[in-house]
Amino acid sequence: MNVAAAIKQEPHMNAAASDLSPDGPVIDARGLSLVFQTGDGPVHALSDIALTVERGEFVSFIGPSGCGKTTLLRVIADLEQPTSGTITVNGVTPEEARRKRAYGYVFQAAALYPWRTIAANISLPLEVMGIAKAERTALIEKNLALVNLTGFGKKYPWQLSGGMQQRASIARALSFDPDMLLMDEPFGALDEIVRDHLNEQLLKLWAKTRKTVIFVTHSIPEAVFLSTRIVVMSPRPGRIHEIIDCNLGPDRPLEIRETPEFLKIAHRVREGLRLGHSYEQ
Amino acid sequence: MTFLRDKLFPVTTVLLIILALWYLLAIFLNAPFERDQAQRSGTQLSTSQLIANTMHQERPVLPAPHQVAEEIRKTVFDVRPTSKRSLVYHGGVTLSSTLLGFVMGTLLGILLAVGIVHSRTLDKSLMPWIIASQTIPILAVAPMIIVVLNAVGMTGLLPKAMISTYLSFFPVAVGMVKGLRSPEIMHLDLMRTYSASASQVFWKLRWPAALPYLFTSMKIAVAISLVGAIVGELPTGAVAGLGARLLAGSYYGQTVQIWAALIAASLMAAVLVALVGLAAHVVNRRMGLQASEARR
Repeated sequence: MNVAAAIKQEPHMNAAASDLSPDGPVIDARGLSLVFQTGDGPVHALSDIALTVERGEFVSFIGPSGCGKTTLLRVIADLEQPTSGTITVNGVTPEEARRKRAYGYVFQAAALYPWRTIAANISLPLEVMGIAKAERTALIEKNLALVNLTGFGKKYPWQLSGGMQQRASIARALSFDPDMLLMDEPFGALDEIVRDHLNEQLLKLWAKTRKTVIFVTHSIPEAVFLSTRIVVMSPRPGRIHEIIDCNLGPDRPLEIRETPEFLKIAHRVREGLRLGHSYEQ
Repeated sequence: MTFLRDKLFPVTTVLLIILALWYLLAIFLNAPFERDQAQRSGTQLSTSQLIANTMHQERPVLPAPHQVAEEIRKTVFDVRPTSKRSLVYHGGVTLSSTLLGFVMGTLLGILLAVGIVHSRTLDKSLMPWIIASQTIPILAVAPMIIVVLNAVGMTGLLPKAMISTYLSFFPVAVGMVKGLRSPEIMHLDLMRTYSASASQVFWKLRWPAALPYLFTSMKIAVAISLVGAIVGELPTGAVAGLGARLLAGSYYGQTVQIWAALIAASLMAAVLVALVGLAAHVVNRRMGLQASEARR
């Protein structure tokens, strides 16, 4: 490396060193706005968002379509640029956080590469990050086991059901052991039975790995079942209507969804969504 | 068995229909000459005699299929492959310039597509020219190009191959631009979340996604390369190659020879396209695509 490059790198190294204290919030957004310029005029996808997420939390974004929940997730992932306001991820800009591989991202669809086997798909981020072959093999096996897909490594994506494909994509997001998991309606396209099953598995996974999870959904039961906090969002302009604590404790069997505590929180979320919605009319 | 039913049967049926039509046409086109001959010599021809005669003319307007087959058999098996009378020799000459032109055209097409996909400037500036390049009636000006290249000292294989290259780079460039742009936004976003470099995005995503498009374009490119090679052979004084064979045949009214060369060229094109198809099949299998997709 030449001298110029070394000097260039220095500021971000310093920033990383000072801000990677384990107690600081993982995500800290203030006055965050994003306006898309379209042919029909500006669209306020996000307006004045303030949000902090602490390490190890499971935070859900819920709201009707157009409320900016996916956009907010994409801003955190540095897939969209905010037009104003500030946001830090692990104390640095989203771009720096992305470059340091701070998060694994799970999309609405599994988005597996069809020409790669399941194992090779999980290997993809590891290859991009330059991890040696022997280590890759070990990580693939470990993460296949984590999502209960041991033995399916040699299959191609089309040979697996939708739920299995989505589990493979979660394994892919976890393969390089990021601190944070960003999930954009990962189970939205699956049927209710598979979704219940995957929700349970995701909770177990979260308990085991203690990663920070940000989870976009438009299902109230899903949000309440999974989260420690629920961010209720409303559309036009996309904004946070209310943040609801969801203290159901770490041990959550599926039956918890019939308990009064669960129903109370679900009711609050529904109320919040309705209020946020009526606002515009 | 399914191969017989699904592939062989329909293909054979069409082939038989073509042969039947060909014979009918041969009779119809060759009959006036026979009637003329009979009238001159003052003899009467029965219909069956007339039909029999149309099958065995020395310089028919349209030779019957068996005459062409006989000519091909003679010029393939009865003469040494190195002889100037051998269809194998002429076919080999055409094949070598076809393949050289095809390989150069494919590489050029891929290179242009990569440039276009990665640079807005190239996209804006190059694409219109690439399309305009194909509006030039290259087949009409090919003879002149060959003559000009000969004048500057380029002779033999290369000038002919360049005509093939000119024709074959186009489908590859257009197909590959489409193929390299085929990855979904989600697949591209995924690479961005990994902070992948441009070359990683290319080799791990764009290139494998484009391969099916590449093979489809290569099928078109190889067939058009053969046309280019044959046209390139026409003006060189009919020295060698299937094109030369066509030209020599038309100089001397050897219609059987012309048709033999034409059939040989068609067969060669079919084999070349089939070989590209086979390569596509092998690659698709290795890439684990579904059987239904791989067959396309």
